[in-house]
Amino acid sequence: MTTVTARPSLWSIRGPMTQRRYWMFAAVGLLTPILLWWGIANSGWVEKVFMPAPGSVWARTLLWLEEDNLLGDMAISIYRVTAGWGLSAVIAMPIGLLIGTFRPVQALLEPLTDFIRYMPAVAFIPLVMLWVGIDEGSKIAIIFIGTFFQMVLMVAEDVRRVPSAQIEAAQTLGATRSEVIQLVLLPSAKPALLDTMRVTMGWAWTYLVVAELVAANSGLGYAILKAQRFLQTDKIFAGIILIGLIGLVIDQLFRLAHRKAFPWMHLKS
Amino acid sequence: MDASKVVSMVPRIRIRGLGKIFEGTQQVVALQNVDLDVQENEFVTLVGASGCGKSTLLRIIGGLEYHTSGEIHAGGRPVTAPGADRAMVFQHYSLYPWLNVIDNIRFSRRLRVNREDLTSADVERASGRADALLNLMGLSSMSGAYPNQLSGGMQQRVAIARALMPKPEILLMDEPFGALDAQTREVMHDLILHVFNLEKATIVFVTHDVEEAIYLGQRVVLLAPRPGRIDTIYKVPFGTDRQQDLKHTREFLDMKREILERIRETSGMKTDTHLLDKMSAT
Ligand SMILES: Nc1ncnc2c1ncn2[C@@H]1O[C@H](COP(=O)(O)OP(=O)(O)OP(=O)(O)O)[C@@H](O)[C@H]1O
Ligand SMILES: [Mg+2]
Repeated sequence: MTTVTARPSLWSIRGPMTQRRYWMFAAVGLLTPILLWWGIANSGWVEKVFMPAPGSVWARTLLWLEEDNLLGDMAISIYRVTAGWGLSAVIAMPIGLLIGTFRPVQALLEPLTDFIRYMPAVAFIPLVMLWVGIDEGSKIAIIFIGTFFQMVLMVAEDVRRVPSAQIEAAQTLGATRSEVIQLVLLPSAKPALLDTMRVTMGWAWTYLVVAELVAANSGLGYAILKAQRFLQTDKIFAGIILIGLIGLVIDQLFRLAHRKAFPWMHLKS
Repeated sequence: MDASKVVSMVPRIRIRGLGKIFEGTQQVVALQNVDLDVQENEFVTLVGASGCGKSTLLRIIGGLEYHTSGEIHAGGRPVTAPGADRAMVFQHYSLYPWLNVIDNIRFSRRLRVNREDLTSADVERASGRADALLNLMGLSSMSGAYPNQLSGGMQQRVAIARALMPKPEILLMDEPFGALDAQTREVMHDLILHVFNLEKATIVFVTHDVEEAIYLGQRVVLLAPRPGRIDTIYKVPFGTDRQQDLKHTREFLDMKREILERIRETSGMKTDTHLLDKMSAT
């Protein structure tokens, strides 16, 4: 008699996967587009102006770093994104908390927020220039407009997701309203809130180029726009990839913070 | 317990003509004209068909839901809001996953009601109580574990210990063992009876499991649905010292059959014997 050991297939639904396998697949997923890009760019099918080779993008990046203050562009862009997003967070957190906690506040603010969030942030540029002017504040304002309304709704949802049994258990132990908020709602929603912050940070970066449309003379988005004017496709590529990389690093930092701040969420029984 | 003594006592919970209507797109009469007294140190179980208003009644006692007619008193005071005198144990999702076992049990210690005018002796007594409850629930080795590391049975033990911590006069439980397997549930039954005898609390316990209702309760209150109302109150003739084999005695099984029969009748889902015959014939 032969013994048959059942081996879960890689392709079983939600099947298991070893760490090594995971990274193998991840590497394939990341390297394939680069190889494809390299192949197409070097094949001569496409003109260099449309698609520069990885090598020339790399060379352009180095040039940018040495002669064109790349680090300065990165710093100012990171500053703008973080400031706009941070301002959003500081205001959206309490408002979202109130919407998710008190029905009247929800009725008062949620439909309004829902309405505004569909308005395109880009369309606010002329208004922002009129109201805020054309210096640093206007760029931060655009990123703020792009993230704030979504963030309010997501924070409210995070708070609403706290199981009512957790709230009611506290109430029947004698917790007052403010104790329920401080000792149950906030700690219970915290992990979801940090995730919301991570996701909205990603969105904030997507508004960078739009924000730097406004009379900027520095920043990654500005550099991309300027490169477009001079048809420097390799610099456009470099700028886009850099924004992606910065986003990736920030995202991983948020995930790390999540693991450090909420170890109980990452426990296995 | 001596019956004449029970009558002379002021009931822990006194419910008169209680009604509850949920207003919505469709009006639901969840409870109608409910009269019920629960005595001090009494264990009352509520059973009845799904949707007959068991949870609603329990939540009204807990102050988590408001009644729309009649009156309700707990400990002589009208019930208007939840309070530390009426702790509630839920079926699930009530533990705080960011706190470990002992901090979950001690949760009520962080609330203002229990912080005012504390002497150091009080504090010492309280931490002694938390440890005692931890032991009582057989969780001493789990003190530092987090809820999502515990089995369902252990989670419910933590929830019960947490509810008992501030010495509530009344313990309200809504299908606390509903999600547990049969073996774990039996263990929990004996545990909760032990706790009941030890802590001298008054317990109102909702379940859909008639066996559980009889094994635990001194009285079984049967609610009928549409509109939710009290149908029958059964007095359970067994003493406080109950063991598992009680469940196999004639008296127990007869009572179980009687109550099950009545639940079926009230729910309007009387077993269709004709249909069953037809099905077994094929
Ligand atoms: N918040 C609510 N809004 C409207 N109707 C409700 C609400 N809560 C309960 N009901 C209705 O009230 C009735 C009683 O519900 P309840 O949850 O008390 O029943 P139950 O006996 O606990 O049922 P189950 O055994 O299924 O838990 C049901 O018809 C239910 O649909
Ligand atoms: Mg129920």
